[in-house]
Amino acid sequence: MKKILAVFGLLVLAVVAFVVYKMYLQPLPEGLDLATTRTTAAGHFEVSIAPEDPDYQRNTLHAWIATITTPDGTPVEGAGIAIDGGMPQHGHGLPTSPQMTEDLGDGRYRIEGVRFHMRGWWEFKLAITADGVSDNITFNLVMK
Amino acid sequence: MMKPLALGAVTGLAVIAAALGYFYSQNNGLTEAELETARTLSLASLPPLPADPSNAVADNPAAASLGEALFNEVGLSANGEVACATCHLESRQFQDDLPLSQGVGTTGRRAMPLRGAAYATWLFWDGRKDSLWSQAIGPMESAVEHGFTRSQVAAYIAAHYAEPYKALFGPLPDLAGIPAASPLGNDAQQAAWAALDADQQDAINRVFSNAGKAIEAFERTLMPLENRFDRFVAARVAGETPTGDAALTPQEIAGFQIFAGKGQCTNCHNGPRLTDEFFHNTGIASPQDPVTDHGRASAIAQVESDEFNCLGPYSDASPEQCGQLRFMSRDLHLFERAYKPPSLRGVADRPPYMHAGQIATLPLVIEHYNRASPAISGHSELTSLGLSTDEKAALLAFLQTL
Ligand code: HEC
Ligand code: HEC
Ligand SMILES: [Cu+2]
Repeated sequence: MKKILAVFGLLVLAVVAFVVYKMYLQPLPEGLDLATTRTTAAGHFEVSIAPEDPDYQRNTLHAWIATITTPDGTPVEGAGIAIDGGMPQHGHGLPTSPQMTEDLGDGRYRIEGVRFHMRGWWEFKLAITADGVSDNITFNLVMK
Repeated sequence: MMKPLALGAVTGLAVIAAALGYFYSQNNGLTEAELETARTLSLASLPPLPADPSNAVADNPAAASLGEALFNEVGLSANGEVACATCHLESRQFQDDLPLSQGVGTTGRRAMPLRGAAYATWLFWDGRKDSLWSQAIGPMESAVEHGFTRSQVAAYIAAHYAEPYKALFGPLPDLAGIPAASPLGNDAQQAAWAALDADQQDAINRVFSNAGKAIEAFERTLMPLENRFDRFVAARVAGETPTGDAALTPQEIAGFQIFAGKGQCTNCHNGPRLTDEFFHNTGIASPQDPVTDHGRASAIAQVESDEFNCLGPYSDASPEQCGQLRFMSRDLHLFERAYKPPSLRGVADRPPYMHAGQIATLPLVIEHYNRASPAISGHSELTSLGLSTDEKAALLAFLQTL
């Protein structure tokens, strides 16, 4: 009887520990790709993103530079970029509506109006259209 | 044969209990990650006040002293009895302890505490103003607050504050013979406004907005105050043992852990003001049926079309400096009945709670979050928490340290 109780107690504890871990810590999903240079979903473009000010703070408005090339490294000129994103673990989108405001040439584009107001995992999605080809990429960012 | 087995089970349980006890005591001391979260919520991480490029006198001390006088000036009201300070009492964290405020009439929302408001991106519960100066001129023309008009504000300043005004902003226009006039007033006031020529309207708007800019300069001096939690965190970050009232009790520390953990409060109440300055639907009951207050959803068009916004003619900012307005999210679906989380500093001392004082006490606020009832309109972002009685008591104890 005691043995059964002990095993049962252990099981309950394990379950509790697991639930606590899941709920309290909201860990980042395993294998989350945090690379800031990625290939778009259908393989049409190579995209790098970098904050214009590397010291940008959470919950402040700031800009990113997206650099787009073809897979062979040729800069993609005259692209259109639509920006979307949010926090998958909280089920909400971006707090602002960022826009691509400047084509800087050489496949570089300024994206203004970005703000991440919470700590944790953010998705930053770019839908890119250039030369009649559309493709998209979802970057993962972690706010401290 | 039974004996060793039972012994093993008992030993096993004892080991687990000891381990749990160890983790519990460790947690009371806070892990590194928890301490870091605590630091982000404390005054230690308050950044310098961001500049307000839309207000050229935002950090001018002479403007702040004129602004302080205007903040307390009952002459700027229809009945000569209402000032900003009527609803924002310094001795009461610059709020009034009422569910709905009393000015010339009764407001539709609860007065907000003003310390640290200069850190906010958007003002009011629904963020329909994008600067403190533009906010400040709102109540003056509200029929239920000051019940005044902008032409009367300009005339009053010319009569009573001409010297400090001119030193800051230059000459005052000649307003002789202009009646109570405002594009937002009653029919007679609107007609009087329409009868003015564009130059007169512009001159009045200029004085009116400058009054707001002086008030903003005063409000920018109202910084958040240090609380027990700040002192606790400061000591812990310095590697010292908190003493005196900085020594939080184990229950208060457990409450912090729930606030930042299981309670998910830091999802929205984060940073040193314990607010993310954004807008959330948290399923708060509506005092009106049917719902007439749509929160942020109706504020977007208002702030966008406001002639006193960052991009308007009375702003001192260049368009590039108005990023928050230019890149504002316009997601009406998301913003239905979404409101700005107030700073939680000093929160235990100022019931009732929420945008129309819907919740009378902090224990009831905690019940509200624990239950997470669906929204009457739009979608609540909350999920029920399953807090135990002890956990609720701990969370309450923590909120009282703020
Ligand atoms: C009759 C009471 C009353 C008067 C008078 C009044 N207020 Fe308020 N104040 C309120 C209420 C109510 C709110 C919230 C209103 C809303 O969200 O619609 C508020 C909100 C504010 C906010 C927004 C704070 C934030 O965090 O967003 C500021 C700033 C403020 N008032 C400053 C002033 C100033 C300056 C004056 C004088 C020019 C003033 N108030 C006059 C009741 C009043
Ligand atoms: C989804 C975002 C969100 C979460 C999560 C959240 N809050 Fe809030 N909180 C708000 C908003 C928004 C308001 C104002 C709501 C309104 O008036 O409509 C608010 C108001 C409050 C108030 C009232 C403040 C005042 O001055 O009226 C208290 C207290 C509070 N929250 C505590 C908590 C605690 C404790 C938790 C965790 C159990 C929590 N909040 C979780 C968004 C949130
Ligand atoms: Cu979030």
